[in-house]
Amino acid sequence: MRLLTHNMLSSNIKGVANGFPLKIEVVTVVEKEVEFNIEFLKKMFSKVEWKALAEASRTMGYTELPENADASMLDSDDFLHKFHHALLELHLEEGALVCPETGRKFPVNKGVPNMLLHEDEV
Amino acid sequence: MSRPELLAPPEIFYNDDEARKYTSSSRIIDIQTQLSERALELLALPDDGVPRLLLDIGCGSGLSGETLTEHGHQWLGLDISESMLDIALEREVEGDLMLADMGQGLGLRPGILDGAISISAVQWLCNADKSCHEPRIRLKAFFSSLYRCLGRGARAVLQVYPENIAQRELILGFAMRAGFSGGIVVDYPHSSKRRKEYLVLTCGPPSLSTTTPEGKGEDGESCSDEDSSEDEENQTVCISDRCRPRKKQKVNKRGKGRDWVLKKKEQMRRKGNAVPPDSKYTARKRKDRF
Ligand SMILES: C[S@@+](CC[C@H](N)C(=O)[O-])C[C@H]1O[C@@H](n2cnc3c(N)ncnc32)[C@H](O)[C@@H]1O
Repeated sequence: MRLLTHNMLSSNIKGVANGFPLKIEVVTVVEKEVEFNIEFLKKMFSKVEWKALAEASRTMGYTELPENADASMLDSDDFLHKFHHALLELHLEEGALVCPETGRKFPVNKGVPNMLLHEDEV
Repeated sequence: MSRPELLAPPEIFYNDDEARKYTSSSRIIDIQTQLSERALELLALPDDGVPRLLLDIGCGSGLSGETLTEHGHQWLGLDISESMLDIALEREVEGDLMLADMGQGLGLRPGILDGAISISAVQWLCNADKSCHEPRIRLKAFFSSLYRCLGRGARAVLQVYPENIAQRELILGFAMRAGFSGGIVVDYPHSSKRRKEYLVLTCGPPSLSTTTPEGKGEDGESCSDEDSSEDEENQTVCISDRCRPRKKQKVNKRGKGRDWVLKKKEQMRRKGNAVPPDSKYTARKRKDRF
């Protein structure tokens, strides 16, 4: 699971008002190279919740993203490459996602988060 | 052929065996790829070469997602069957995967998606596979969450196999109630085998861009005296009723030529029957009478 996906996911449990962002518990992280596409990054920049991405990347052991970012930084090649790496190349392979409100854990195995809810959570 | 939807819940039906069988059949691969290509076409994304962020609902072993990758898009796939997702991992698909039940609603941030596709999956929601399942509640949860996580003006194209008219209307009804505009596109409406239907849904109120595109092969066999506003189910019935006898006639005309007639006459003669002599008129082509 990439941080792009982490940045999209939110806890869907009944009664939870703000399920984003899910906390990350890391067991293993893997890196996979992905083709760099500047247009996609620029488009995604406006959609990404930056704070959540920066914090998630730090949890995954990558400390290069700035705390805050604004669109002017998209002119920097260096910034774009770091953004690219954090968003698309870092994968949570084993671990868990944790609902920020209830603490419920969604396990991540082989890179696949299990987001199935129990009957009483729907 | 019986409907898999009636045999078992999806996470049971698509077990390890079935998931492997499904993904190693070249016939299934071909069909799913064609359906995905068409769904992507109906999504009508801007033709600017920029990759989009798409959702593949009921992504299974990744056959549909691979089409998205081939067109350069980033995608997230969700499926309820672990066995199907295992095969997707084995095949090293490019999209991210998650184990989730669309009937529980999609847990995604509002407005995040540029589009969504679903190939041969949504009709599963019409079944109650557990005592706690109520198809209407699950359809509602699915469509309202799908509406929320799509950007304004973004589309969802869902290829479905409804069991009957009631199921089709049930699915479309919940899509409309969630706020989508759009409708159903039917490709090859007159062919029972090739006929495929797609819900083409746009996020937001009806406008010029939300008018439902035309289906393919709609005029493949003409049905001229039939009111074209008739719904597609009626068209199918009217066409098959009228075309079947026509097809049979063709076979009769083509199938038995002069050689066949000469042979039959010879057989009859040998049996001692009185048979007119062969001439240049034997088994000649006769003028069509109507
Ligand atoms: C015919 S397969 C299609 C898979 C893939 N889209 C393709 O084109 O090859 C249908 C898929 O829908 C999935 N499915 C059925 N009900 C589902 C649900 N409630 N939530 C998520 N996936 C579901 C099944 O597990 C199965 O993988």
